[in-house]
Amino acid sequence: MTSFIQSYLGTGFGWFVAHLVYILLIALPLMLAVAMIIYADRKIWAAMALRRGPNVVGPLGLLQSFADGLKVFLQETIIPSAANKGLFLLAPIITFTVALMAWAVIPFDAGLVLADINVGLLYILAISSLGVYGVIISGWASNSKYPFFSAMRASAQMISYEVSIGFVLISVILWSGSFNLSTIVMTQKGYYGDWLGGLGLNGHAFNPLLFPMAIVFFISALAETARAPFDLTEAESELVAGYQTEYSSMSFALFWLGEYANVILMCALNAILFWGGYLPPIDWAPLYYVPGIIWLFAKILFFFFVFSWVKATVPRYRYDQLMRLGWKIFLPLSLFFVFLVSGFLMLTRYGAAG
Amino acid sequence: MIQVFAFYLFATIVVASAAMVIFARNPVHSVLWLILAFFNAAGLMVLLSAEFVAMLLVIVYVGAVAVLFLFVVMMLDIDFAQLRAGFVSYFPLGGAIAMVLLVELILGIGAWQAGSLNLAQRTAPLPEATPNIEAIGQLLYTRYIFLFEAAGLILLVAMIGAIVLTHRARGGTRPQNIDKQNRRRPEEAVRNVNQPVGQGVDLGGVEL
Repeated sequence: MTSFIQSYLGTGFGWFVAHLVYILLIALPLMLAVAMIIYADRKIWAAMALRRGPNVVGPLGLLQSFADGLKVFLQETIIPSAANKGLFLLAPIITFTVALMAWAVIPFDAGLVLADINVGLLYILAISSLGVYGVIISGWASNSKYPFFSAMRASAQMISYEVSIGFVLISVILWSGSFNLSTIVMTQKGYYGDWLGGLGLNGHAFNPLLFPMAIVFFISALAETARAPFDLTEAESELVAGYQTEYSSMSFALFWLGEYANVILMCALNAILFWGGYLPPIDWAPLYYVPGIIWLFAKILFFFFVFSWVKATVPRYRYDQLMRLGWKIFLPLSLFFVFLVSGFLMLTRYGAAG
Repeated sequence: MIQVFAFYLFATIVVASAAMVIFARNPVHSVLWLILAFFNAAGLMVLLSAEFVAMLLVIVYVGAVAVLFLFVVMMLDIDFAQLRAGFVSYFPLGGAIAMVLLVELILGIGAWQAGSLNLAQRTAPLPEATPNIEAIGQLLYTRYIFLFEAAGLILLVAMIGAIVLTHRARGGTRPQNIDKQNRRRPEEAVRNVNQPVGQGVDLGGVEL
């Protein structure tokens, strides 16, 4: 499509327009997906609590999120008089923008990726480390006690779990030999294909050396996005509503959208790094007739279901337990697995034994 | 064209935000301007096709170091009037440092105009197609392995030193034994009682 647009608008400007179209093609369906996934979250959550959940607006309550969106859009944006005005308004914008930026390197299918860069995974780490600023700035600029406490908690939590996520990613990178997400997906193809008569399994999670890392990554993803049981940043019994306490109307909605976009991103990363991304679960030719994007979406939805499931069933962690889990369990464990994976690869792939 | 545009965009923002680091009245704003400068410097690195360094700049400096700066500055109760009081007395020193930097810049540009030193040819240049992560890795783990490991050791010593210097064992605390808490089962903690009407609850020796 790029060359088609370039034939009309010239090389430089055509490239620009084409990529603007691609960005909108990712961002707009993503926003729609966020709206629907909030509805799904509430429905799953309600079903597990034996309630009905949203069921009034539209058929089966499907339009609930849009009604909520319209509501917040029509409300007044209240800025507290003691708040630092510029930063107060900047914070939700940062959260929202950063949540969208990371999607640039996600491969939706073979070759279907906006920016196929060779440092894709590092880019995702870099962008997710920027997410802290939206939280920290909102907490500080609100000039209010509880948001500030919440911002402190959130940033400490996000930095702590980024460390273990980093080491988990290193073991995946070592095995795949690349930072490029498409290459990482393709290296997951056909595990045990020789033993299973050609019908291999697609996904690093079927590798016994990487399966524990898949679990660590999933739990760290819960902590990184501040979902239950690690939602200490918005623990309503302790902190009113967390760092977004002082926010109203669209500024609040931006936080909300950004948060859910991050959750979907983490589900996508789980699928891409450990469960074969856009590959079908089994390396069997007829399954490849289903488009890869369908497989990726199915995996993302599955992980989102697990996120909701955890949220509906697990009680909240205490803060010291959260820090202990991050620093004293996940960090040594993931470091040990980096050592184990690199040692195994040195012995088998790079021939240090011989 | 887009490279030129991007270069001037990033460069302008780096210089402007670096100036704002000094001129901002609020120290928290200063740190945020510094973060913006870091981020745009990473953009410049990408333009130099040093994408690995760019990503590390964002992950390490923006994602970790600057967050700590921000924490410290937010926690500190800074008296602005007192900070500005020292301006005149520090001006000669600051001016001298600025002069040194200026002279170095002029020297650097002069030397660059006079012709390059051809330092790059001392090590075998890598083929164009090698991604610069691999290029850095190939140098770091072969030619510079001892320097690299020495740097790691120095960082380890610095970390242990910081912990030794600041750690103090406080007496009188009651640390929690997480293993014991995790081992606790409902049977040990919960007692089902069919409470008779009109009698007090027997707490089983629990002091209230």
